[in-house]
Amino acid sequence: MKKTSPSQDRSDRNPVGVEVAGLSKKFGAQTVLKNVSLSVKPGEIFVIMGPSGSGKSVLLRHIAGLESPTGGTVRINGFDPADPATRDRFALALVFQAGALFNSLSVYDNLALYPLEHRLCTKAEIHDRVVRALKILSLENAAKKFPSELSGGMKKRVSIARALVMEPQLMLYDEPTSELDPVMSATISEIIATLKQEHQVTTIVVSHDRDLALTIGDRIAILMKGELRTVSTAEELRRNTDPNVVDFLNPKIDLKNPRYLKLEAT
Amino acid sequence: MKHLNAIFEGLGSAIQLAYRALVSLPNAPRIIKRVVEQVYIGGYATLPIVSILSFFIGAVLALQSGISLQNFGAKQLIGTLVGESLVRELGPLMVSILLAGRVASATTAELASMKVYQEVDALVTMNIPPERFLVLPRLLAVLLYMPILTIVGIVIGWFGGAVVCEYVGFIGVDAEQYFHSLTQFLTITKIFDGLIKAEIFGFSIILIACNTGLRTKGGPREIGYAVTRSVVLSLITILILDYFITKALA
Repeated sequence: MKKTSPSQDRSDRNPVGVEVAGLSKKFGAQTVLKNVSLSVKPGEIFVIMGPSGSGKSVLLRHIAGLESPTGGTVRINGFDPADPATRDRFALALVFQAGALFNSLSVYDNLALYPLEHRLCTKAEIHDRVVRALKILSLENAAKKFPSELSGGMKKRVSIARALVMEPQLMLYDEPTSELDPVMSATISEIIATLKQEHQVTTIVVSHDRDLALTIGDRIAILMKGELRTVSTAEELRRNTDPNVVDFLNPKIDLKNPRYLKLEAT
Repeated sequence: MKHLNAIFEGLGSAIQLAYRALVSLPNAPRIIKRVVEQVYIGGYATLPIVSILSFFIGAVLALQSGISLQNFGAKQLIGTLVGESLVRELGPLMVSILLAGRVASATTAELASMKVYQEVDALVTMNIPPERFLVLPRLLAVLLYMPILTIVGIVIGWFGGAVVCEYVGFIGVDAEQYFHSLTQFLTITKIFDGLIKAEIFGFSIILIACNTGLRTKGGPREIGYAVTRSVVLSLITILILDYFITKALA
C-alpha cells in the first residue's frame, strides 16, 4: 500500500536548532515573558530552570507552537513552530508535565498513535518501536492498561515513552522527573543524554531538578519573573555570584530564620 | 452587544471547524474505525431510547388526534395525521432532541476535558489535526446513523399509533384503517424531506458539540458550563433551523 502521510516529506532529518528572539507574552494584564532571547544549537541539551511561575512552561509551549507570542518570534531551523508544515518537516515531541495521555486509548495505543496516524512504518515495526519504548521505561506490564489505571509517575513515563516512539529531532520536556523516584529520574536523565549522543536529538528541558540540569545540560538558562537571568554551562553556573541565582540553586533550610516569616513580613 | 459578538464568534468558529474537518475528508479511510465507534456510541446506543420515546409519541398523537378528530367526524384521518406529523416534523425533531441531550452533551464533555487536560495540545504537537482525529469521525458518523435513527423512530411511532387505534375502543378506528389512512397520503418526497431535516439537525448538533468542547478554556468547572452551553445552543439551533427548512421545503 502506498504511504500517503505528509510525514513522508520529512526529508530533513538533520538536528534542528531553535531561535527565540525578543519573545514576550501577556495573558490579559499579566506579563508572563519579557523579551526573552535564546538560541539552542542543533543536538544540544538545553535546560531551563527557574522558580515556579517564572514562565518556563509558557516558554516551552511557545517553542512547541502551542501559544502565539505577544511579541517576538520563535523559529525552528528558521521555520515557525506553530505552522503545521513545520511539524511535517521536523518531528517534534513534547512531554507534558501531567502526561496528557489520551484517556480513551490504552498505553500501547497511546504509544502507537503517532506512527500509525502518519503511516511511518509497517505495523510490525510500530509494534517493535512500542515494545522497545515500554521496555526502556519499565512499562511492559502496563501496555494494556488505560491512563486512568496508572499512577502519576507511570503516566509521566508513558508520556516519555510516547515521545521516544516518535523518534523526534526536537524533544521538549516539561518537568520530566517530577513525580518520579530517584532511580527512574536517573533513567530519564540517561535517556535524554543517550538520545543526544546516538541521534543528535536537540533537547529542551524545563525542570526544577538541579541534579538533572547540572549533570546533563550542555547549557542552562535561569528564568525569573519572565526574564532570562543567565544562560551558561553547568560549570559557569556553579560559579555564578548573582544572589538570586545562588539562592535558587542552593537554597539553605534555615529553621531559625524561615523564609515564610520573611515573606509574611513583606 | 457582547452577547451578539459571542454568537457571531461561535458561529464563525463552528464554520471554520466544519471546513477544517471536511477538507481532511481525503483521509477518511484511515478513520473508518473511529467512525464505526462513533456510530455505535451515538447511533446504536441511542436506539432503545429512540424506540421507547417514538412508540409513546405515536401513541399519544393517535390518542389526542382521535379525541379531537371525533368531534369533526374525521377520525378516519388519524393515520394521516400521525403519519405525516412523524415523518415531516416530530420524527426528525424528537431524534434531534435526544441527540442533543444524549450524544452532544457527552461529546462536548469529552472534547472539553481533552482540551482542559492538554490531550488536544498533545495531538497538535504530534501533528495530528484534532479536526481530523476528533471531529470528522463524529460528523461522518452522525450523517450515517441519523437517517437510520429517524426512520426507526418514525416506524415505531406509527406502530405506537396503531396499537392505540387497535386497543382503545372509543377511538373507533382499527389498525387496518389506521394504516390505510397513513399510507394514502404518504409520499417518498415527504419521507425524503424528513430525512433531510434529520441530517441537517444531526450535523449541526454534533458540530456545535465539537466546537463548544474544543473552545473550552480553564479548569474542570468550565467543562460543566460547556456541556450546558452545548445542549442549550443545539436545541435553539435545531428549532430555528426547523422553521427555515420547513419553509424551504414547503
